[in-house]
Amino acid sequence: MTTDPREANQFFLEKYGLSSASLDSTLGRVLGRQIDYADLYFEYQVGESFSLEEGIVKKVSKDIAQGVGVRAIAEEKTGYAYSDEITVSQLLSAAKTARYIAEAGQGAVPVPIHSVSAPKHDLYALKKSPIDVPAGEKVDLLQQIDRLARAYDPRIKKVMASFNSSYKVILIATSLGNVVGDILPLMRLNVTCIAEEGTNRQVGSFGGGGRSAFDFFFEPSDVKGRKGEKRFEYYTREAARQAILNLSAIDAPAGTMEVVLGPGWPGILLHEAIGHGLEADFNRKKSSAFSDRLGQRVASDLCTIIDDGTIPHRRGSINCDDEGTATSRTVLIEKGILKNYLQDRLNATLMKMSLTGNGRRESYAHNPMPRMTNTFMLAGESDPEEIIRSMKHGLYAVSFGGGQVDITSGKFVFSASEAYIVENGKIGKPVKGATLIGNGPDVLKKVTMVGNDLALDAGVGTCGKDGQSVPVGVGLPTTKISEMTVGGTAQ
Amino acid sequence: MQFQVSQAKALLKKAMEKGASGGDILVGEGESFSAQVRLNTVEKVSNASGKRLGLRLFFGKRSAITSTSDLSESSLNQLLIDTCELAMIAEEDFFCGLPSPEAYTTRFPELDTVDTEIDKLSIEEKISFARRAEQAALAEDKRLSNSDGADFSNAYSEKLYVTSNGFEGFFKGSSASLSVASIAKLDGKMQRDYWYSAKRKLSQLESPESVGRTAARRTLRRIGARKVSTAKVPVVFESEIAVSLLGHLASAISGYALYKGASFLLNQLGEKIATSDLTIYDDPTLPLGLGSRPFDGEGLPSCKKTIVEKGILKSYLLDTYSGKKLGLPSTGNAVRGTGGPPSVAPSNFQMLPGNASPEEIIRSVPSGLYVTELIGFGINMITGDYSRGASGIWIEQGELAYPVEELTIAGNLKDIFNQIEIVGNDIDTTKAISAPTLKIAKMMVAGN
Repeated sequence: MTTDPREANQFFLEKYGLSSASLDSTLGRVLGRQIDYADLYFEYQVGESFSLEEGIVKKVSKDIAQGVGVRAIAEEKTGYAYSDEITVSQLLSAAKTARYIAEAGQGAVPVPIHSVSAPKHDLYALKKSPIDVPAGEKVDLLQQIDRLARAYDPRIKKVMASFNSSYKVILIATSLGNVVGDILPLMRLNVTCIAEEGTNRQVGSFGGGGRSAFDFFFEPSDVKGRKGEKRFEYYTREAARQAILNLSAIDAPAGTMEVVLGPGWPGILLHEAIGHGLEADFNRKKSSAFSDRLGQRVASDLCTIIDDGTIPHRRGSINCDDEGTATSRTVLIEKGILKNYLQDRLNATLMKMSLTGNGRRESYAHNPMPRMTNTFMLAGESDPEEIIRSMKHGLYAVSFGGGQVDITSGKFVFSASEAYIVENGKIGKPVKGATLIGNGPDVLKKVTMVGNDLALDAGVGTCGKDGQSVPVGVGLPTTKISEMTVGGTAQ
Repeated sequence: MQFQVSQAKALLKKAMEKGASGGDILVGEGESFSAQVRLNTVEKVSNASGKRLGLRLFFGKRSAITSTSDLSESSLNQLLIDTCELAMIAEEDFFCGLPSPEAYTTRFPELDTVDTEIDKLSIEEKISFARRAEQAALAEDKRLSNSDGADFSNAYSEKLYVTSNGFEGFFKGSSASLSVASIAKLDGKMQRDYWYSAKRKLSQLESPESVGRTAARRTLRRIGARKVSTAKVPVVFESEIAVSLLGHLASAISGYALYKGASFLLNQLGEKIATSDLTIYDDPTLPLGLGSRPFDGEGLPSCKKTIVEKGILKSYLLDTYSGKKLGLPSTGNAVRGTGGPPSVAPSNFQMLPGNASPEEIIRSVPSGLYVTELIGFGINMITGDYSRGASGIWIEQGELAYPVEELTIAGNLKDIFNQIEIVGNDIDTTKAISAPTLKIAKMMVAGN
């Protein structure tokens, strides 16, 4: 299947017999007199999943989803309806519900449909979409991972590995006359190992992926000192190494202390501490701890934080958002000063601010909301080793599980899955997983050193908001925070 | 339901003609409505209908599953071809397969899961529930100056499950829910909290005024929250929050977690896993229950089971596959979605309440934490290590003294269940998972 976004329009025309005239008339029906804006979101998605456990690829599945979402906006009011049948009659019926929010009035307003345009970007055109790679190759990959993990250490007793990929075609037609389509490939490989030593059992997980071709997993990992190592080998080694390491982990400390975050995935700090709080919906409603703080200092001057949906082949990247707006690189915080919110069309219009290309939705069954893409902090000047050496007593955390934030109070958590005690500049024993908690508007003011080693995560992030999941990326250089509360059990 | 049993049987018959040794079809159809009101303005109205068919086929010990929302004949024929191809790629799994025909249920209990009244409501009437709830919340106190909105939603779904070895089952259920989130502001600092009511039927819902007032009370009591010093103290889980502990227990005794070795409760059947105050039943036959169902995800009968009795683990949660892996029969806890093979979940998973009122429990604490909110995912199911973000109210000399936030609570789930010191009498059995207020003897609370 093609990954050329210019072919999205043709795809829907051929598959469902839609024409510009039918889009035009539906949008006209939704629009009516009191509606400011309307759009149609067509989606066709094929997903597949392969999973291995106990050395067997037991689960093989494939899913097909298709549908259309119809949205009408009048000031801050949204009407939304969707159907999994893409037919003109279903479109009209959905249009009737969507425009319920307009209190009265019948009749249609003509909508001139402009010519179909391709998105501004072309970030993930592939010669071959992962979904088109023969299933046998995916089974072989999982089998190789199983053998590799078991060979890493005899204490690795259980290996679970999964490969998921999807192929999504979307077409967005708006009452402004724009029609934009995109084709989005996405894949992800995950490895989980359980290590056993007597009654001590520990887990390690790692994975990666993106909007890339299947070959991505067989390319060099580029990890220092591991010449010739392929990405899937790196993921496997990491999962196994973490599981073995955790066998010797001691209780994590409890209380407030210095924290240094390693590069890459620990960028989940930014996602939770400030990213969600800067989504425009919360700021329009003034329910965010960052409301009315544009132009104010919210971080130390070492912090410049970006949301960028235009990095080629990244998991969080998209050519256009799910309202057809081209994605962009948005400076959220520049040298500590809050510069921008992340916008979708509804909120940008109400707040009289520019679109940023962050209006995303999980599927046709969901209405768009401001969401992050790839969120990261720019590199600083410190040598990462020097940052560790500067620590008196604290926690050095290099890998994390998930996180969560209370937008209104600003309190956020994220849970370390690999962390070490540091005493007098020396990395000590690994500690058990612990949750770190902080206050979004304060935590980045406590950033005292930023490393020169910015890294993006390997491509496994999924963000949940209001019941909708979208793929995202994060990134961070080694970063020192003068104090954070660490939720361990040891005093 | 538009899709007929005869169509499902015909599709399975075609699959058998292509060489499948067995298979099943699950079809789900549903409708949902939701409305959100914020600051007395209707912000969102959403209406939806959807359907999905899942086809699982076995070729001896190989299997694959596919699903689609396109139920046209041509689409289903293609789905059949895809499923056969995928099954050939899957590797042989000795334990896979359908239950034996004699295990299927032939009795389908009437569970009163459908609301016939709710369809009579107009969109305006539904919206008015949300409007009234928000108004009630914001009217409680001037400091409640903002709102995250009030939601009313309702849904109806039907499920048809047909297997190649003789099971046919049909289930329908409805739900309605109302929630409000209010925001209080004082000295430039904001606090938000919410309350909700979710039931099978509209007539069971808490009144909008009651939902609103509770949301307001929960928000107001957070105003002025501060951090406290790190200490090992008694922790009281509000019943709403105690539910999460039961959820972790249910995950740990799921057959899938157990045979994969991914549980902190391996090989504990018949062993003491908690204080003798802990007794839990799983009952899929409760009338009106949100977790009630006439048959499980594989067509096996629904019946009430004792899971934990006075601290002793009496039963795991198993389906046919995970049961076979552990050498045990299914406990009738299979759940199925259209896109995947069965997995395991509790139905109505309910703890037996104790005698103490929440006030009495709080009075027993000289200095400790009353937890009203937990955030984050710091739970390691393999080791039981537990560390989550918490906020709540500090207890001093048996009284709720002042609100606290930006804390973590940590321990190990094995210890937590063995340190349940007092079980409350305040249980809401209309929830799928329900627990009363629980006092844990000691946990590490980290703050300053």
